Amino acid sequence: MRYQLIGLNHKSAPLEVRERLAIPESRLPDTCRGLTAYPGIEEGMVISTCNRVEIVTHTVNGHADLRGFLHDHFHLDASAVDAHLYEFREKDAVRHIFRVASSLDSMVVGEAQILGQVKEAYATARAVGAVRGQLDQLFSRAFAVAKRVRSETAVGTSSVSIASVAVELAKKIFGSLQGKKVFIVGAGKMSELAARHLLAHGCASIFVANRTYDRAIGLAQKFDGQAIKFEDLYTTCDRADIVITSTGAPHAIFRREHGEQFLARRKNRPMFFIDIAVPRDVSPEMGKLDGIFAYDIDDLQQAVSSHVADRRKEAERAEAIIAGEVEKFEARISTLDVVPTIVSLQDHLETIRQAEIDRVRGRMGQLTPEQEMAVEALTRGIINKVMHTPITTLKTAAKESEATTVVDVVRRLFNLQVKGKEAQLEQASKKDEPTKKAEVGTRQ
Amino acid sequence: MSLLWLRFALGCYFVGLVYAFVALTRTSDLFSRIALHAATIGMVFHFVSLAELFLSGQIVWASVHNSESLLAFLSMSFFLVIYAIYKTTSPGVVVFPVVFFLTFVAALDEQPVLLTQFVSHKGWLIAHIMLIFTGYAALLVSFGASLLYLLQERRLKAKKSTSLIAFLPALEVIDQIGYRSLLLGFPFMTLGLITGSVVAITAPSIGRVDFLDPKILLSVLMWAVYMVMVFTRWNSGWRGRRAAFLATFAFVAALAAWAANYFSAMHRFGTS
Repeated sequence: MRYQLIGLNHKSAPLEVRERLAIPESRLPDTCRGLTAYPGIEEGMVISTCNRVEIVTHTVNGHADLRGFLHDHFHLDASAVDAHLYEFREKDAVRHIFRVASSLDSMVVGEAQILGQVKEAYATARAVGAVRGQLDQLFSRAFAVAKRVRSETAVGTSSVSIASVAVELAKKIFGSLQGKKVFIVGAGKMSELAARHLLAHGCASIFVANRTYDRAIGLAQKFDGQAIKFEDLYTTCDRADIVITSTGAPHAIFRREHGEQFLARRKNRPMFFIDIAVPRDVSPEMGKLDGIFAYDIDDLQQAVSSHVADRRKEAERAEAIIAGEVEKFEARISTLDVVPTIVSLQDHLETIRQAEIDRVRGRMGQLTPEQEMAVEALTRGIINKVMHTPITTLKTAAKESEATTVVDVVRRLFNLQVKGKEAQLEQASKKDEPTKKAEVGTRQ
Repeated sequence: MSLLWLRFALGCYFVGLVYAFVALTRTSDLFSRIALHAATIGMVFHFVSLAELFLSGQIVWASVHNSESLLAFLSMSFFLVIYAIYKTTSPGVVVFPVVFFLTFVAALDEQPVLLTQFVSHKGWLIAHIMLIFTGYAALLVSFGASLLYLLQERRLKAKKSTSLIAFLPALEVIDQIGYRSLLLGFPFMTLGLITGSVVAITAPSIGRVDFLDPKILLSVLMWAVYMVMVFTRWNSGWRGRRAAFLATFAFVAALAAWAANYFSAMHRFGTS
């Protein structure tokens, strides 16, 4: 578990600083390669989104100079960014990655985009060979944790933007939005966005009315809708089920009497007014009519913030899931950590045994097959008996925090060569297999 | 034996009753599933109970308690049909308490079957009872839906997304449930009243038909309100407050017509 992470996010750094560190997608592979070439770093990967830049590594000794890498790579002045950087190691790094992937560290907690971004970053780093065994383990687990958080908590279920709150409200009124008609009064960015959301959820057609008729036509064309002359607003408006209004009119353009007309013509089928104009386009009196549901910008904002509060509650549950997962991950990784040592210890003793047998064979003269077997059994038996305790100790230590110390001691006592990175990784990725082999070895 | 099964059913419906109260304060998927299963199991017991009554060979449902049991069963069937179509258990908030109450009364004791004098009109009588009860059950569901519509409307107008009564389906879905039950129930109710009149007029044993009998008056009143409801809805799409007002009125009239069994001369259960 020699994970090390450095980074900054929307909480720790202002936009100007994040901008300076942001890495364009095209340069990500190079950065990953540069990372793995940096002293002390075995594997590395970079997550760069508009809200965060994170450098995740697996290091040789757990003390790589990641700050140094950042300074070098971005040619940064230390004083400019250092105050905004956070660093995590081992367990804390694992927890951080789990939280990021599960969207608990996001600006909008629960938004789904981040998981996709992390997955992309992972794929990029993997493609250039910067992610291998250790980070592979970490991230495949992180993706599983994110999935678990998503399915077991309601983080991410409630929508947050005003447009999606509008869609949600419309669904509370109409059930399915299939075939519902939308009327945009006053072409604007926000109403366009809301309309786009509604269309994406099944709304059928769009009418657009604007003081400047040309703009109405322009917007209507965008949505394949129908432009309506502003004078005809009151006579056509009741054809729509959902009205998004955002005119710059100084007073309400929809008043109670209009509402009554609409309802009469619609046989009282409900209408939903999304009023994002300030000052309001829909008079409060009209909103009181049975069958008229009018939400102004404040109402929508309030709905948004109540969702945020709901999410916070769910986020707490998600944190609990992550805490459990971090423990599990740590336990698994450390078991894997001792496996190479056990294997090389066995190899080491086996080599000694073979050498000793070869050395005395000449003095023993010709042996019968039975005698040959007896010598084998005897020597193996001694080695296994001697090895039994150290191996058990290693395995127990793996589950506790002292694993690294014990591994170090054993390696030094027996003068075991540290195997090449590649071989270790290979073994680690085989997971349980080496353990089994080790057990068979001791039993023989 | 029939009573024993009915009491089993009552036990199951009790779960539904608890659900009805809990659902008003919080949303729980698990609990609504439990309530749904309990209701289904309850209906199986209930069906056995009714089937046993039927197989006993007498003119069944001719005692107040037996008919209450039948009405409860039909209401539950309605609830399940709605669940099958709309995947919502929310009408249970209204249906479960009523069903529980009906079943509870019906399960109190066994009443002697007294309407033996109608043997000559057995078919008409059964048709009358089945039709009118289906109408009642539909009316109950429609009434429940109009109350839920009001609740949901209030909630949307209040503009605060409280978790209270968050279980409610979309406004238009509730509206559809209510309107469809209303449309479905109306012909049943009408035919039920017609068959009832036929029995009343032609059965020799019943004597002179008194059209000022409270049972008849209330039934006609209920039918009239029912018709007004269907008409205003069809003609001008009345819903929400006004529809709920009418539905409440029709429901109260139906309850009164029902209660009239205890004092009317028409359905002389238990008195002759």
